Amino acid sequence: MSKPYWTKENFPISPTIRNPGGSLAFKAGMWRMMRPVIDPNKCTRCGICETFCPDMAISKLNDGSFNINLDYCKGCGICANECPVKAIQMVKEGRE
Amino acid sequence: MSPESIIVSGHRACPGCGPILALKYVFNTLGKNTIAHIATGCMQVSLMGGGAFPGGEFPLLIPALHTAFETSGAVISGMDAGLKALGKRDGINLVAIAGDGGTADIGIQTLSGAIERGHDFIYICYDNEAYMNTGNQRSGTTTLFAATTTTPVGKVKRGEYHLPLKLKKDMPAIIAAHGAPYVATASIAYPTDLIKKVKKAIEIRGPRYIHVHAPCPYGWGFPEDKTIEVARLAVQTGCWILYEIENGKLNVTLKVTKRKTVKEYLMIQKRFNHLTEEEIAKIQELVDRNLMEFGLA
Amino acid sequence: MSNRKLISGNRAVAEAVRLSEVNVVSAYPISPQTPIVEYISEYIADGKLKAQFIQAESEFGAMAACIGASAVGARVFTATCSQGLALMHELNYVAAGLRLPIVMAVTNRRLSQPLGMWCDHSDAMGERDSGWLQLYVESCQEVLDTIIQAFKIAESKNVLLPIMVCLDGFILSHTSEVVDIPELEDVRKFLPPYEPDPKYHTLLDVNVPMAAGGGCPPAYAMEFDYKKFEAQIQAKEVIKKVDEEFAELFGRRYGLVEAYQCEDAEIILVAMGTIVSTAKEVVDVLRDQGLPVGVLKIRSYRPFPKNEILKAISNAKVLAIVNRAISYGVGAPLYSDIAATTCNASHQPILLNFIAGIGGRDVTPKDIMTIFEKAKKTAETGKIESDVEWIGLNRTLVGG
Repeated sequence: MSKPYWTKENFPISPTIRNPGGSLAFKAGMWRMMRPVIDPNKCTRCGICETFCPDMAISKLNDGSFNINLDYCKGCGICANECPVKAIQMVKEGRE
Repeated sequence: MSPESIIVSGHRACPGCGPILALKYVFNTLGKNTIAHIATGCMQVSLMGGGAFPGGEFPLLIPALHTAFETSGAVISGMDAGLKALGKRDGINLVAIAGDGGTADIGIQTLSGAIERGHDFIYICYDNEAYMNTGNQRSGTTTLFAATTTTPVGKVKRGEYHLPLKLKKDMPAIIAAHGAPYVATASIAYPTDLIKKVKKAIEIRGPRYIHVHAPCPYGWGFPEDKTIEVARLAVQTGCWILYEIENGKLNVTLKVTKRKTVKEYLMIQKRFNHLTEEEIAKIQELVDRNLMEFGLA
Repeated sequence: MSNRKLISGNRAVAEAVRLSEVNVVSAYPISPQTPIVEYISEYIADGKLKAQFIQAESEFGAMAACIGASAVGARVFTATCSQGLALMHELNYVAAGLRLPIVMAVTNRRLSQPLGMWCDHSDAMGERDSGWLQLYVESCQEVLDTIIQAFKIAESKNVLLPIMVCLDGFILSHTSEVVDIPELEDVRKFLPPYEPDPKYHTLLDVNVPMAAGGGCPPAYAMEFDYKKFEAQIQAKEVIKKVDEEFAELFGRRYGLVEAYQCEDAEIILVAMGTIVSTAKEVVDVLRDQGLPVGVLKIRSYRPFPKNEILKAISNAKVLAIVNRAISYGVGAPLYSDIAATTCNASHQPILLNFIAGIGGRDVTPKDIMTIFEKAKKTAETGKIESDVEWIGLNRTLVGG
């Protein structure tokens, strides 16, 4: 959970949030019920999963493979649904 | 995708949200020299804190203002005039973002005024076909027959019933009738098309309007992993046509080769579960007529 | 160097806006404000004022445009009244909450229904809790001077609240008086350009991105409102200071209140706007007759000048408070505010509540005489005739 943003030192005169990109402090991944898992053998590195992720949780690594940032992945499953080679499986989150 | 990513993770949009995808494509194409006004609605809450977050999260890397629900066109006009008066207008994209309610209903007056006066801004309407932020009440762009919380299916009345000549309120046509230099429709299922249109809009001066079809899993009643699929079906069935009108000239940007019947689009959504064969036929008739008018039959 | 000209209140507003070198004007026409926007349009068309004019499609569009322009750092002006002011109501709270120093001229006109073109203060009274500062003026000279002062007051770092300058519709807006119009160079000495700081102000700057006005949880809303409240309290000092600075350059001062013949007055008439001018004339006549009467002009209605009022009425037995507006179900606004000011004070004169001048009905010297007579009776008997006295009410129509 994120800390209170406005403090005595920085309380503004109007309701303004002055830390652009500060949402990164909120790990929305905690909402997740299902987790996407990419099968590296099937993945063709087309990048469609990254394109369609509403949470910017998928990114391309230096080696060209795609990585899902579980801090921010809400488990919507769009990536798995859209993957043209069905390389992504949605796995139930939580204790096995 | 532009290398300038100006929307980051940690926003509070629902899992599988359509509108946030629309804004992801739009913002990352517009880049850092952008000032936005975001009208009251799903995106204002998701991007600017609707009062639920003491943490003050802000997923954008550009300045954004929220004033009220109906004010998009007027505030962006003010920003345009203000920056012009201060000699600071050049090189800055002004973008007004609103949902379908904030565009076609409560916001139509200020939008119409801003377009008619010829202000210099880009307007993005993300269309999830209802007042989703408050829990799925019908709006002016709700598709005919759809069930919403204010047009529920009951014993006497069954779903949304507006004027039967149109599938939904045709905002792009209204804006085009104003004579805006650039009017376009887009869909989150076709990001390349949308990004191309935003890039084109950036280079044009005057009021530019892009209406993005952005399904909402929770409001429309489909699983949250099917958002793109539903948006794609809307285009493939002809319920949503991707086109642009540049200086009055119409150009259909995506011609569907193997068109599907509207039933495929409708039946995947719970909000259309109650439709009779007659009603589905009616929708097919309206879609066919519209396609004919676009020369796409 | 100065220019004395015979001009209307509306013309005085437009001249002041020109001299204040605003960047953006966004307004919608409504009687009796229309000449203001017409004159400003002429100045812009002739290049006398280098500003952007947004011909808004409605008043809420006008205020929203002002908010947008102010939020990017422009000096902004608008004008309206009556229905237009009411239509702006939602945005007025937004402007005040975002702490944007917008200046607005309000040519006070009653709110429908019943519909009327003419003056009363019902329109501005509806905005008295919005956080906007409200100054009520009584002459065309004061209109011009106060609009120029308004920019300086609003833009002060200790204030940063929008401000409305209220002039009685038609009575001042359309009446011509001799006005001393200052030179632009002299106004420039008084009023520096508006230069907001992104670290402090609500300012949309691509180099210092911020999200403004998106939402505020319960944990902080009260604190933002508290800061707004504090800003209004601080505005009292700023209004006085700006008044002094103005007086130094232009020789005219107005203050938060004007106590006319109040020092030894037993009966003081309290009012706002042009009623004060008439009352001053009547006070002169009554003083000649030996009656200890005075007029207290409330110029700054918001913030309410509690201390200045208590000082002015320290010897009075009776206050005859004349309201040009009604607060249904209880009485009248100015009366309530004065009552709140005196209720815990050590000196408590009797307060009489008069409603007059509603819907543009003239408040004549005879009416003022009537008010003083009633107040005199109360001063002698200690009795209050009624909770609310309706001056000039046509009893043949309504009975009672």
